[in-house]
Amino acid sequence: MNPKTLNTEPNFASPDDFYAALNDLFAGANDEEVERISARLILLLANHIGDLVVLTEAMAIAGSIKKAGDDPASS
Amino acid sequence: MVSTYTNPEYPFVRSPDQDASPAAHHPVIIIGAGPSGLSAALDLALQGVATVLLDESNTVSYGSRAICFAKRTLEIMDRYGCGDRMVEKGVTWKIGKVFFRDQQIYEFNLLPEDGHKMPAFINLQQYYFEEYMVERCADFAHIDLRWLSKAGDVQVYPDRVALTVTTPAGDYPLSCDYLLVADGAGSPIRESLGLEMTGQVFYDRFLIADIVMKSQDFPTERRYWFDAPFHRNHSVLLHKQPDNVWRIDMQLGWDADPEQESQPEKVIARIKAMLGEDVEFEPEWLSVYTFRCRRMRDFIYRDRVLFMGDAAHQVSPFGARGANGAVQSVENLCWKLKRVLSGEAPPALLVTYNLERSHGADENLLNSTRTADFITPKNHISHVFRDEVLRLAADHPFARPLINSGRLSCPCTLDGSPLNTPDADDFRPQMRPGAVCRDAPVLTDGRPDWLLRHLGNRFTLMVCGGEAERRALASFPAIADLQLLTIGFDCHCALPGTRIDDVRRFMQSAYQLRPGTCYLIRPDQHVCARWRRLDLASVSTAMARALGRSLHSHGAAA
Repeated sequence: MNPKTLNTEPNFASPDDFYAALNDLFAGANDEEVERISARLILLLANHIGDLVVLTEAMAIAGSIKKAGDDPASS
Repeated sequence: MVSTYTNPEYPFVRSPDQDASPAAHHPVIIIGAGPSGLSAALDLALQGVATVLLDESNTVSYGSRAICFAKRTLEIMDRYGCGDRMVEKGVTWKIGKVFFRDQQIYEFNLLPEDGHKMPAFINLQQYYFEEYMVERCADFAHIDLRWLSKAGDVQVYPDRVALTVTTPAGDYPLSCDYLLVADGAGSPIRESLGLEMTGQVFYDRFLIADIVMKSQDFPTERRYWFDAPFHRNHSVLLHKQPDNVWRIDMQLGWDADPEQESQPEKVIARIKAMLGEDVEFEPEWLSVYTFRCRRMRDFIYRDRVLFMGDAAHQVSPFGARGANGAVQSVENLCWKLKRVLSGEAPPALLVTYNLERSHGADENLLNSTRTADFITPKNHISHVFRDEVLRLAADHPFARPLINSGRLSCPCTLDGSPLNTPDADDFRPQMRPGAVCRDAPVLTDGRPDWLLRHLGNRFTLMVCGGEAERRALASFPAIADLQLLTIGFDCHCALPGTRIDDVRRFMQSAYQLRPGTCYLIRPDQHVCARWRRLDLASVSTAMARALGRSLHSHGAAA
């Protein structure tokens, strides 16, 4: 999978700060909250990006863990 | 229950065809005087084609069914001569409120879009929509509308279609060149011919309640609840129709017992919980429905039987795409049928009815399926996302466009149609070949007028003025079926055709006009070609193409 538009090169100014903040975000959350927080984060970031080509490439990489056969469209 | 509307009763009139021997023959017979059948009769009448329109009942729609008619439908109705009356009777709302559980998430105001004769939509009960069309049909001597006349026993031959009409005065045979079938979702004619539809059933039920409010003061706004506090885990829609009738569309879920859910006591209790105990109302219509999204693979059967409306394609009610899509299909078909009957176009042109409207039907299916998936999320994670979209929308405007409680029908652009002549000159995609013409305020002989009033029923060549065009037009030959419309010529010179002025510059921007720009427009107001210079040879070629003269014959249609 070679994204053409999505930037998959390092782009964080301070990777460790982001990673810590991401973990803090979910700290103490129960399963339901984890789902809701994740959903909100995806929606907010997706809107910020806006470009459907970029989003589709990101979704393709994210969804590539699905087992072949689960989704005929992903093969 | 109260009633704000009394169905007209149209008389059965014995037709001379009843005594004809051999069977009377007509070029076009239409089955079903609903929105599609009535539209077809009017469209063909305006183009000079006589029709026989058969309906098994003697009145218009019972109860309120379709209630939302979009701009494109109203523009088509305006061409048929009944748009103004519909708009006058119809109501429109501007304020919409969206609720999630007990919280109002946001409120929006649909500001009217300037520069169109017709509003974005109106709410109007289907019976009025049909009644106005029935009355308009009476203006045409060549529309033979026969009530209490049930068609059956359809036999298709290579050169004609035969059928039997059953009436209170007995049966009689008829035959026609083309049979237009608009006998509804359950289409007895489609069933009798053994034709299948493909698509899906949605496992959900909805309750429709039309109620009459006692007070005239209930605010004219659309309210939509996701997971309504008075009807947990289900959606509810409330909006207004004429005569102070309000439509409530309540999701019941698949497991609900339709019999029990439509008991008036139960419905009334729910509505009281929704409106508040002090709002007085009386129910006028209660029914429970399920829906399917499905279509015929081919709307044309053996070249001579053409299916229209719900008989051909059905969608969920979300987004009001049923009747609106139906009327667009009809207008796509009728101008083609007229030209095939007159010999101006080859029979292959009719194939493009299926091709172009399959595109429309698929677009409508896609949109209404997406709405259904938002209203009733298919799985747990879809539900999580749906609910978070709703919660975020309260404070963050970005989430509001994701909320989907129905996307209003927009006319589809016929991209990729073989009738289009692709752009060769420099144009932006807006108003490209395949697009439906956008209306614009213009002046005709100094009087305020609308562009769309000058388009339709025939091909139109719209020419934007320049010196070269003025000279070219002076010797422009008269072409049958092509009318000329000129815009923006500064001179006081004599020009052929109708002259309009784009004083408010709406056309200049929408159509990217500059001196020399020409548009060739189909009888259904869709663009089929455009150029930056007027050239007679190009116009003739594009018109021949739009008439299907370059298509291969349909011969093998099964």
